[in-house]
Amino acid sequence: MKIPVQFRLNGEDVAGFAESGANLLEVLRESVGDLSVKGGCWQGTCGTCTVLIDGAPRLSCMTLAESCTGKAVETVAGLRRGADLHPLQSAFMERFAAQCGYCTPGMLMAAKALLDRNPNPSREDVVDAICGNICRCTGYEPIIAAVLDAAGGDSRRRA
Amino acid sequence: MFELRKDIFADERDDSLKEVGRPTQRQDMLGHVTGTSAFYDDHRFANLLHLKILRSPHAHARIRSIDDAAAARAPGVKRIIRAADVPVNLNTLLSLIQFGKDDEPSLASDVVRYKGEPVLAVVATSERAALEALALVRVSYEPMPAVFDVEEALKPGAVSVNAAYPKNTFEYYNKYDHQKLRFGDADAAFAQADIVLDERYQMSPIEHAPTETNGSIAVPDTNGRFTVYTSTQALFFSLDTAAKINAMPSNQLHFIGGTVGGGFGGKVDTLTEPLAILAARLTGAPVRHRLSRHEEMQFGSPRGGERIYVKDGVMRDGRIIARKVRAYFDSGAYTRLSSYAAVKCAAHIPGPYTIPNVHADVYCVYTNRTPATAMRGFGVTALDFALECQMDKGATAVGLDPLEYRMLNAYRDGDMKAHRREAKNCALIECAQVAAEKANWPLREEFRRMSSRAGGGAQRTGGGGADRTRAPASAPAASPRPAPATPHRVSYERPAAAAPSPTPPPPPRGPAPPSAPAPAGSTHGAPRFSSVFGTRRR
Repeated sequence: MKIPVQFRLNGEDVAGFAESGANLLEVLRESVGDLSVKGGCWQGTCGTCTVLIDGAPRLSCMTLAESCTGKAVETVAGLRRGADLHPLQSAFMERFAAQCGYCTPGMLMAAKALLDRNPNPSREDVVDAICGNICRCTGYEPIIAAVLDAAGGDSRRRA
Repeated sequence: MFELRKDIFADERDDSLKEVGRPTQRQDMLGHVTGTSAFYDDHRFANLLHLKILRSPHAHARIRSIDDAAAARAPGVKRIIRAADVPVNLNTLLSLIQFGKDDEPSLASDVVRYKGEPVLAVVATSERAALEALALVRVSYEPMPAVFDVEEALKPGAVSVNAAYPKNTFEYYNKYDHQKLRFGDADAAFAQADIVLDERYQMSPIEHAPTETNGSIAVPDTNGRFTVYTSTQALFFSLDTAAKINAMPSNQLHFIGGTVGGGFGGKVDTLTEPLAILAARLTGAPVRHRLSRHEEMQFGSPRGGERIYVKDGVMRDGRIIARKVRAYFDSGAYTRLSSYAAVKCAAHIPGPYTIPNVHADVYCVYTNRTPATAMRGFGVTALDFALECQMDKGATAVGLDPLEYRMLNAYRDGDMKAHRREAKNCALIECAQVAAEKANWPLREEFRRMSSRAGGGAQRTGGGGADRTRAPASAPAASPRPAPATPHRVSYERPAAAAPSPTPPPPPRGPAPPSAPAPAGSTHGAPRFSSVFGTRRR
């Protein structure tokens, strides 16, 4: 049975029908067409599919799509403003904080959730914020450095 | 963070490198941080079908019968694929370079040889429909004894795992059951050694666990060709493998990939493409074959487990005079790439050390475990783990600093390797010196002055002459074997005739001084300084 789902995605209203029981990851990728969200385990263990729901980081593979009705969902597709990258995106580029790029969307959203509520995080805050996101390539140090750089808001911390 | 030490071997470098040491932005980074890099599964097709695999629950069993009638009638099922549907249902990856016999089916027909081996595939309108249909398939298995240990698998009367290799060992040149390395006379040297260290090392299989699981989408094109979007690490390798298994010319396949969500060696096996293409041929529809996380972790091929025995003969002054290695690669049930791993392992023995007597046997062994494959330095990684643990134990046994023990035995330019190749462009000693400096690890003066250049600053076996190829266990060993070594220090100064100067010796000059114009041909740095091509250092 298909059920209607409606939510705000990166500031725009989206609506559609989904299989009852479908998860948000599936609806975003297959119904809405936002392919910036990646699936890594489909069982809530790797953090790759992290999106923000009303500002909080959530695993989209473990979130019922119908439970998002009326909520604000943010994905990495909505992170940049026109030609301008979000400071996190610039910092990830500068710091070589992505290698294969597959965990990057989830990593960026987890980091954004942190910076949105705490613009001056400590290293421990950053580690805590991304501790649910697995990266298998770059290691975590460049990612932590990038998030701290983005929080600094300038490039003075570059090595 | 990043530091180039241009002071080391400065006389041998012309600083023609244009990129090293300068930051360069990667061309794919913008796509990664904006979520727009297209991985294989980021392509959308109308009427996409989904392929799921029925896998063996047994490590070793005969298939008596398969009843898929109910599955074929299940909602959403478009096609069942059985072993008999696969055009060429026996393959080995390295057959593309004529290395090894075809030994692995895409779908098992008579015998399953590891837990998780594919038996049958269902193609359906959704992953869920495919999985529900799989649950309706009834397979009757006759379980057979299995073997999970490399040494057990080599014992007389052991279960035979792989029909192509009934003795459970890969056959090199259709003849040899292992890789063999002989240099000097290790057994004679052990008899003269002050200390003999005989140790066993075991490395377990390791899963690559890429964040993107293995997968592919095969799409029928309008001209009889198939476009294949894939996670493969080896695009053309996978293309040729898929063409072989599907008995179709490779120009009917168009593979699109290169954006890989983590591979590390786990995406070279062409695990999904052949059946996705076959399913697309049989249904005329685009088909996705994507491994679940569970499949990736349990059945995606891992780095193989390895068991390595290392026996060293060591003199009390710290010189290793003999090393004997026996290594077993657990290939799992099929070959994949382990045959090549064993070759790499043999080529890496005895490590970066000049040892005059080396003896090694390296086996690629079949067991009823998940087939192993490439992973980051495979063939060398576990061996280095074993050899470096052994080096620490050796240093402890003779009472030497572990770093100094390594420097003492390290290759110098001009040393003869066990493989009868001259060591060139050696730099282990310099690396150790820099590492010690960074870590505030105290090195004695003579080790701070040591060099990888010919001679190298320590009296060692054979005296640095050209004659190391035949150097047996050397004279100092003639004394009776002492009581267990206690920590002691000995001098490694070179003989008086070649006493070191207090400052680093002037760099040896080759026929072409460093300031001379670059030789004709390539002026690129890498080939000229690589260990393979480099001839510059004399």
